[in-house]
Amino acid sequence: MRRDVFQAVADPTRRQIINLVAQQTLTPNGVADRFDVSRQAISKHIQILAECSIISMKQQGRERYCYVQPRNLEEVADWLDDFRKLWENRLDKLDELLVKLHGKTDNNDKTE
Amino acid sequence: MKNQTKITAERGVQELFITREFEAPRELVFKAFSDPDLLVQWLSPCEMTLKIDYMDSRTGGSYRFINSNAQGQEFCFNGVIHEVLEPERLIRTFEFEGLPERGHVVLETATFEALPANRTKLVIQSVFRSVADRDGIISSGMEYGVNDAHKLLDELLEQLVKQPV
Repeated sequence: MRRDVFQAVADPTRRQIINLVAQQTLTPNGVADRFDVSRQAISKHIQILAECSIISMKQQGRERYCYVQPRNLEEVADWLDDFRKLWENRLDKLDELLVKLHGKTDNNDKTE
Repeated sequence: MKNQTKITAERGVQELFITREFEAPRELVFKAFSDPDLLVQWLSPCEMTLKIDYMDSRTGGSYRFINSNAQGQEFCFNGVIHEVLEPERLIRTFEFEGLPERGHVVLETATFEALPANRTKLVIQSVFRSVADRDGIISSGMEYGVNDAHKLLDELLEQLVKQPV
């Protein structure tokens, strides 16, 4: 199964978990308490986030705590964004050009 | 609402897809891709100037484009045109000349699908020689010094957001 940043953020519950853990350090049970789904389900999501290197677990005393790895998240934010903007910019221009050309064709039709 | 540009690039594979719909018939969208006079009007990122060195827009033809920025830096790319199947498909190769070594060629297939109401769906599939090649072109912004263009675009968007609706 795929384990990467995209897999990590593909699920809405996982996105909520990332947001939550980014704001406060919690144990897996602490995370689960804030959701209406089962502990097992949350535990599975945390496991996936850990495998995607978005969340790391640290042992402190008797408890294990979840930490967000912000650098790995930046990767997902940046990864396609610039490339998408390049193409968006380009295809927006194409869009404008097409509207102009299409408009002309329409006008020609009317005058004919 | 404006038509969205979608980029699909699954991790660990050698291809990516660019998808977009247009409010124009596909004959026209196809023409904007294959007619050099039209292509030059939209292909360059915003603050770059695109010059067509040559473009023989037919099956078996070839092309070379030169993008230059305000500082006079040039970014050249070239390729051969494998197929021009009007109005539904264009297949060509693409190579960025600014790379340290030759041979990192991309195979691009653009398909133009006619949608109801004179609309068109464009899908561009780019297949790279390696995952590293693909990830490089996506993340480095080396395709025509795109970083400056994004900065300008970001500034523009920021201004737009600030304006009252």
